[in-house]
Amino acid sequence: MGQLLEIEDLKTYFRTEDGLVPAVDGVSFGLEKGETLGVVGESGCGKSVTSLSIMRLIPTPPGLFKGGRILFEGQDLLKKSEADMRRIRGNDISMIFQEPMTSLNPVFTVGDQIAEAIQLHQGKSRQEAMERTVEMLRLVGIPAPEKRVHEYPHQMSGGMRQRAMIAMALSCEPRLLIADEPTTALDVTIQAQILELMKKLKRELGMAIMLITHDLGVVAEMCERVVVMYAGKVVEEADVISLFQKPLHPYTEGLLKSIPRLSASRAAGTAALGATGTAPGGREKLHVIEGVVPNPQRLPSGCRFHPRCPYAQDICRTEEPPLLEAGPGRQVACWLHNEVSLKGAAS
Amino acid sequence: MEVRDLKKYYPVTKGVFSRTVAHVKAVDGVSFNVRKGETLGLVGESGCGKTTTGKVILRLQEPTEGEVWFEGQNIMGLQREQMRRLRREMQIIFQDPYSSLNPRMTVGDIIGEPMIIHGVARGAAKEKRVRELLEVVGLSPEHARRYPHEFSGGQRQRIGVARALALNPKLIVCDEPVSALDVSIQSQILNLLVDLQAEFGLTYIFIAHGLAAVKYISDRVGVMYLGKLVEMADAEELYANPKHPYTEALMSAIPEPDPTLKRERIVLEGDVPSPVNPPSGCRFHTRCRYVMDICRQVEPELRDVGGGHLMACHLER
Repeated sequence: MGQLLEIEDLKTYFRTEDGLVPAVDGVSFGLEKGETLGVVGESGCGKSVTSLSIMRLIPTPPGLFKGGRILFEGQDLLKKSEADMRRIRGNDISMIFQEPMTSLNPVFTVGDQIAEAIQLHQGKSRQEAMERTVEMLRLVGIPAPEKRVHEYPHQMSGGMRQRAMIAMALSCEPRLLIADEPTTALDVTIQAQILELMKKLKRELGMAIMLITHDLGVVAEMCERVVVMYAGKVVEEADVISLFQKPLHPYTEGLLKSIPRLSASRAAGTAALGATGTAPGGREKLHVIEGVVPNPQRLPSGCRFHPRCPYAQDICRTEEPPLLEAGPGRQVACWLHNEVSLKGAAS
Repeated sequence: MEVRDLKKYYPVTKGVFSRTVAHVKAVDGVSFNVRKGETLGLVGESGCGKTTTGKVILRLQEPTEGEVWFEGQNIMGLQREQMRRLRREMQIIFQDPYSSLNPRMTVGDIIGEPMIIHGVARGAAKEKRVRELLEVVGLSPEHARRYPHEFSGGQRQRIGVARALALNPKLIVCDEPVSALDVSIQSQILNLLVDLQAEFGLTYIFIAHGLAAVKYISDRVGVMYLGKLVEMADAEELYANPKHPYTEALMSAIPEPDPTLKRERIVLEGDVPSPVNPPSGCRFHTRCRYVMDICRQVEPELRDVGGGHLMACHLER
């Protein structure tokens, strides 16, 4: 289909003492060449497991791929051998993680770690690999890269380490970069630096980015399209502007309304902010999504979001809504937006 | 509460005899007031000293220098027993709901413990109050029998809030109470804190790095950088008219959830310097886009630039 990455009905489960946990339970979405896709959701929605599944970094056991396909440039990654995957990881698809301190090897210098990837995947000599490494460190904005190349991760700040990890991830010019909460652990001013860097590199290298985050501000700034996940499923997919201006799924709507905004004025709350009444002191109360994310081993019947949904109807409690098209480039899994249910109600 | 020139230095030791070779100047001369019934927000990034400030004003850690006056009394001079009695008025909610509750105690015991320690209530009276507190924070009285690991992060934070309320304090220091929680739970806890403040006439010192949450809950906000207070103003005023270059950069760095917003972003160069060896003069000068010669030599005073808006900067703004 010409898409860089196509995930089809992916099911990644985990065998635990208490039974099978459906962490990712039938997830489908795609990513075009050069596009930045945001994957949004809260704890337990399955976004990280999805990205680790793409990289085949899920240990099996206890993980198991119960079904689906992950097509990268037309080839199913779930069918590849481990040797093939090693060639793909770091080379065609690269990943950066949330905690740069725990994902960089503390006993090797930063230079060694980056050069290793280059030598392995591009067959360059040690000398050439080191030269390229210094270039990469310069590209990601690390000052005096010829010196820093000999430093250990603990000698660098959080922001520097994240830059080093980005340098490592990009050193072999992958077509797809998966960034799993890359700035969550960083201070806000460092986050701004890293986001600007990612934008710049994307422009220069033309790679696709799958950005996993719970921060809707980061999504608004970085992404072209967004996929919203809840309890192991995709509940909405849209281009970023449509998602923020007119969210279709009640969960997306709830998330957007419950974030305190910098631009909002406290005393003069407006309906658009979803203010649910005035708190004492003239402050508009924050919108709240009642309840908590369900335990994946005790999922609600029907739509997984129904116990927390202000619009839940009878059908929501018994039947799980399919992910259907709801306009050009938009999909939503919700009975409110599903023609079938409306027809059913009419008859 | 009045905080005067508070300092907290941690010694850095080296060698087998643990010689003190330097100090981490975590809090280096911070002064501010907190009015009864208000919420004072303290924001800043890692290493700015806001959490240390919160702990030192409650004397959970002893200050190196400085005074803290609570209801007209200098608490630094109090003896242990007097301080302990005063702690009934000043409580704290911690950041990490996973490590701040004793996993071997039931929720009821955790909330009731302050009452036993201070001899406020025992037995049936205590149990009754524990049940009341659980309801106040939106949990159910049966939860008293359960253990912390049986609850979600948001629920655990509610337990932390109930514990902080157990003694009917006047002041609660909230140390990053929502940072470890999912976005949709954060709003539940923030709403709860706001309701409780009105119901019980509480005063909050709200410490966080989540600028939007701080703006929502605070009346006034102070910005800290490398152990110093660089700006303080009414919340609306601070966010609408940040005057200090650091505050300006901080506001502009926050990604807003609005994809149509086109902003001129101020991106600061470099990293935060080490608090062991802070820059000379104004601590922010190494990253400041407006830096002048005087900034490198003379530390600016925190002064009122109009209408109670305080700022420490050599620029005329």
